Amino acid sequence: MVTAMHMSDGLVNAPTALLFGAIAVVGLAFCLMRARADLDERTAPMAGLVTAFVFAVQMINFPILPGASGHLLGGALVAILVGPYVGAVCIAIVLLVQALLFADGGLTALGTNVTNMALIGVFTGYGVALLLRRLARRGKGGLVATAFVAAFVNTVVASLGFVLQYAAGGAGGASLGTVFALMVGLHALIGIGEGVITAATVGAVAAVRPDLVYLLRGTAPALVRKEASA
Amino acid sequence: MRARFWIGFLVVALAVAGGLSYFASSDPDGLDTVALNGCTVTETTAGEQLDGTCIAQNAGEHHTAGSPLADYSVFGGDGTVGLAGVIGVLVTLVLAGGLFWLLRSRTPNRRE
Repeated sequence: MVTAMHMSDGLVNAPTALLFGAIAVVGLAFCLMRARADLDERTAPMAGLVTAFVFAVQMINFPILPGASGHLLGGALVAILVGPYVGAVCIAIVLLVQALLFADGGLTALGTNVTNMALIGVFTGYGVALLLRRLARRGKGGLVATAFVAAFVNTVVASLGFVLQYAAGGAGGASLGTVFALMVGLHALIGIGEGVITAATVGAVAAVRPDLVYLLRGTAPALVRKEASA
Repeated sequence: MRARFWIGFLVVALAVAGGLSYFASSDPDGLDTVALNGCTVTETTAGEQLDGTCIAQNAGEHHTAGSPLADYSVFGGDGTVGLAGVIGVLVTLVLAGGLFWLLRSRTPNRRE
């Protein structure tokens, strides 16, 4: 059985849901404008497939503790493969499909879910990947290590988005301190899984089509040169 | 060679959603674990009953709970998670692929 995995309706009050709805709309509009420049005949199909892949992998909840599981969020994964602007749109599409068709993630919670996973998660993952870009371009090992670290950080930071929203207008039922400690603790464990999945996926794509890895664009790294001569 | 990569990527996504999904953990995820903290969950015929005090008690019924694909099943049928997943992958691919294809920048001096 695949369980629901995103914020439901009613966990935060209406003003908070509206505020983060507005943030999500503005953020996604900005990303859509910037995404154009990153999309061409090669990268557009890649971005479509990456989106479908994230939908698939998000279905796979993996155990982290007795009675608790986690699943991929996908921020660093999409940011490294298709860039942050296209990547944020990828995650938003996954969340939209899940909320509309699969009753997963409330419709009024779409703004908070998009803010946490599509905006905070993707841009945090991309920021970490950029910081480690020199390592990532040194070779396969560096790229895989970068993907792991970026994915781990994106998971923990995205979970803080919920803590922020709960602090701003949580419906109650638990203290903010408890929510903070549990969210960060659980997502540090989930982040390890996220890191493994992201590292494996990025490593597999880079092994066959390094030219399709956004993070490796620009200066010709050894990985891409090897592909060109093969 | 090009096509092989795209097909391979799609096959992996379909296999994950259509096959591996049967082995997914059904325990609550990180967020749900936090939302349920403080409550005991009892499965009843009317759904889940939450006793105690927890965030999840504020959760509303989902607006699309009546969707034929609700809760990653096809019309609520047992063992249909794989089919639901395959449909989800294809819908996502068409939506995202279509949007990105329309958005792509066309280089003005491309020669064909």
